[in-house]
Order: sequence, then structure tokens, then C-alpha cells
Amino acid sequence: MIRDITLGQYYPGESWIHRLDPRLKIVATLLYIISLFVVRDFGGFLIAWLALEAVILISRVPRSYILRGLRPVFLIIAFTLLVNLFMIPGDVLVRFWKLQITVQGVETAAFMGIRLVLLILGSSLLTLTTRPIQLTDGIEALLSPLKKIGVPAHELAMMMTIALRFIPTLLEETDKIMKAQQARGADFETGSLFRRAKALVPILVPLFISAFRIAQDLAMAMESRCYGSGRPRTRMNEIRFARRDLAGAILMMSYLAMIVLERILW
Amino acid sequence: MAIKVEHLNHIYSPGQPHEHKALEDVSFTVADGTFAGLIGHTGSGKSTLLQLLNGLLKPTSGSIFIGDADITRPGVSMLKIRRKTGLVFQYPEYQLFEETVALDVAFGPENLGLAPEEVDARVREAIALVGLDYDEVKNASPFTLSGGQKRRVAIAGVIAMKPEILILDEPTAGLNPQAHEEILDMICRIHEETKNITLLVSHNMNDIARLADQVLVLDGGRLVMDGTPEEVFARGDELERIGLARPDALRITGQLRRSGIFVEGSPLTLEEAADLIAKAVAP
Repeated sequence: MIRDITLGQYYPGESWIHRLDPRLKIVATLLYIISLFVVRDFGGFLIAWLALEAVILISRVPRSYILRGLRPVFLIIAFTLLVNLFMIPGDVLVRFWKLQITVQGVETAAFMGIRLVLLILGSSLLTLTTRPIQLTDGIEALLSPLKKIGVPAHELAMMMTIALRFIPTLLEETDKIMKAQQARGADFETGSLFRRAKALVPILVPLFISAFRIAQDLAMAMESRCYGSGRPRTRMNEIRFARRDLAGAILMMSYLAMIVLERILW
Repeated sequence: MAIKVEHLNHIYSPGQPHEHKALEDVSFTVADGTFAGLIGHTGSGKSTLLQLLNGLLKPTSGSIFIGDADITRPGVSMLKIRRKTGLVFQYPEYQLFEETVALDVAFGPENLGLAPEEVDARVREAIALVGLDYDEVKNASPFTLSGGQKRRVAIAGVIAMKPEILILDEPTAGLNPQAHEEILDMICRIHEETKNITLLVSHNMNDIARLADQVLVLDGGRLVMDGTPEEVFARGDELERIGLARPDALRITGQLRRSGIFVEGSPLTLEEAADLIAKAVAP
């Protein structure tokens, strides 16, 4: 059923990683992604992989959950592998029909494959260990220096928070409307592509109307509690940079140092 | 045509951590031409039962006979089920989507694969049955109508499929008292004119006491009572224990009795109560 779709992919936990400052986690994830592009050989990936393993172990997120993150991008990875495998010229390893696989091709394909997998696993760890609301708070805090040049950081973060908050509501609404139309004999599962697209109209129109109604109610509720009165907002949970965050930052720095050293020394 | 439900069980997400038993060994029969009421606290399994009756959900075990056909059998035609049972959801006006009222009401009959003339005739009939003027509203956008009118149009959309069993989930929720009465009167009229089985879900005990021939009570997924309104509401203390109430008429006469004014009988409607009280206090 549609209601079973879990949103975001937050895995609830109380681990050290879970409790880190979201700002630190966002920055660390960005640095990790950059580090993957600094790496030039498999030795560097070994360091990156070990670091990721360590974070996974500390976070206590089950491996099945983490690997699930790869599923939606499986096609992209497979495509990258194939293109690299067949398109790179060099010393021919195997040749059949019009295609050839070269030593350099295999190397590049493996290299790109590892980079993509690490990249996706690294960034999905961020969303697995951080509540969506904390994530938006973190983004807001990181963007706030840009307020000076007119970037509406708070408004952007609020939009993201609201969007996240209402996705389950809209899913529930969709489920209800689908069932109501099915009760009137609507059929969403059979027929040609065109027929099926047309069958979506009875869902989409009521869904849009519901979305606007919900938005209007929400706007009214926010306004009646003086949202947008121009004063800065206070929070129930302030983000604080604690001692463990300092430790986290130091660990991240040492990881970066290792990656850079590896690249210079080898 | 009758509804016969036998040992119905429904479990949501079986085998998963958030497994939830919604219905447990529910069995009952609703005879042809009955106006049945279904009551129960929030989360008692009412909406699961409605969706099972309409084939929107498949039960974990048990069977549902509508007439002679067991609709829980695999391979049963959904369209056939929908032709027999019409389900009006809560706040049905949120399912309106067409440009005009006539087109929206025609959606159901068209899905049944009827001929255009038949569809047209049914749309006229259904709009008249819900108490709207066909010529006045046929070309209007459903979104320009008032709340009560929208709800009538939405109900017409289900009635136009000519179900032999009409199931309504709180059809008066969120309406003002006048529209509330009008919708209930309309449901009664449809019941009398089409001689269908009507299954009304409501939190309003007064409505159930007044309209139903048979009352089904669900609590925590189990069917705890099944009988005439007189039988069911005589067990008022039990009803209150599971978060339901007595109809006002019984509540008032009960309170009078406790304060020393002996009122005979157990009235279900306020009119009956008024007569009995008048008799009791007459010199």
C-alpha cells in the first residue's frame, strides 16, 4: 500500500554519529565527496572505504539499509561501468564482434564504479543518521552567512521543512482519493500507456485541490501565530557545537590529510 | 441479495514490525432490503470492513458473500463487485474532478462500460435522487457548488452505478445541522426507492437509533454486538465502556428515572421520548 512508503530514509538511533551537529555532518559529507575526486589511485579509495566502514560501524545502521540506497542508482552505475569498459582505447584484453575490452577500460570502469558507490553510500549515511528537520536546520545555519547578500536562508529552510512535513500527508491523501475513484470503477493498472496516463486525471485534480486547501489552512494557522512578523525566530532545539563535534571535526581533518598525503606520496 | 460475512480477519503488514490486526473473526449477515448501522470507536476497524466489502482490500482470511458470489475469491471481477456495492467515502466531495457535474456523475457508470444513452439516463436519475435539479446543475463546475451540494453530487456519482448495496462512511461529517438532516433524509429516500441494502457508518447514535433496522458494533476489530437498535442500545453501559454513547432519548429518560420521574419504555428518538415523558408527568 502507498502508505507503507517510508519517507526520507532516516534510521532512528542514538549513536555518536546520530548525535553529531548536523552542520558538521553536512560539511563532512561535502568534504568526503570532494575527497573522492582528489583520489587518483586504488590506495586512496582503500582509505576512503575504511573511513566509511568505520562510520557505518559507529552509526549502527544495518548494512541492508545502507545498501538499499544503491538500488535507485543501480542503472546509472551499470551504465557507467559498461561505457567505460567498452569505450576506452588501449591494450586489448578481449575482442568480440565490434566490441573490445582493454586493460585500461577495466581499470577505469572499476575506478569509476568504486567512486560512484562510495559517493552514494557516503551521502546516504548523512540522511540515514540525521532527522530531516535537523538537516534543514543545519542547511539554514550553513546558509545564514549568505543572508547578507540577500539569500533568504530561513525561508528556503522553512520551505524544505514544510515540504518534508507534508509528504506523508499528501501520500495519505493520494491513497484516499485513489480508493475513492477505484470504488467508482476507475482502473489504474491495465490498458495502454496513454490510457493509464489519462486514468491519473481523476487522482491528480482532487490531489491538487487538496494540496492547495492544506496550504491555505497552514498559511492561515501560521499567520494567526504571527509567523513572518519580521522578528528572528527562536528554536526549541538550538544546534550547539559540542565536544564530540570537535572530535568529529578533528577526525574528518585527519582523514582529509591522509587522502592528500596518499596522493602526494604515491 | 444479502451480505454474509464469515470469520473475516484482516491483518495489515503481516510479518512486519508494525503488523496490525484490524479485524478479528468478524461474522454477520445483513438481509436484503435492510438499513444497517455500523458503529465503533476510532480505530475499531470500521473503515477496514468497508473497504473489504467493496473489494478495495483483500482479507487475510475469511469470506464475504454478496448474494451468491464470494468476493474474496481470487480472480473475481472487481468491476462486478463495484457494480453490486457502492462505497461513499468520508468527505466524498474531495474526489470530484470533472469540469461539470454531469460529467463527474457519469464517471462511475462509464467505468462500468455502459452505453452512452444508459449513462445519460442514470446521471439524470441519480442527480434527481440526491435532490438536485438536473438542468440547473448539469453544466456547473462541481467546485462552484456549496459544501452540501458538492456532497450530494459526490453521492450521486456512486448512486449512478446503481449499487444493490450502498455503503456510506459518515456521510454527514462536517455539515451544518440543516444539511445533515437533508443528507440523511435523502439517504432514506434512496433506500426506500431503490430497495437497496444501506450500510451507514456514523458516530451519531441518534441517527443510527432513528434510521437503522440492524446495528453492528465493532470494538478493537471484533464484532461485539449485532442486533436491532432496541437490543443494542439496551446495553448502554457496555457501549459507554467501549467509547460509544446511548442515543439522547435513552440518556434523557434514564436520567429522569434516576431523579425519580418514572418514564416507561426505552425510546430511541426524541419524539418518542417526548411522548413518554409527557405521559409520565401527566397528572
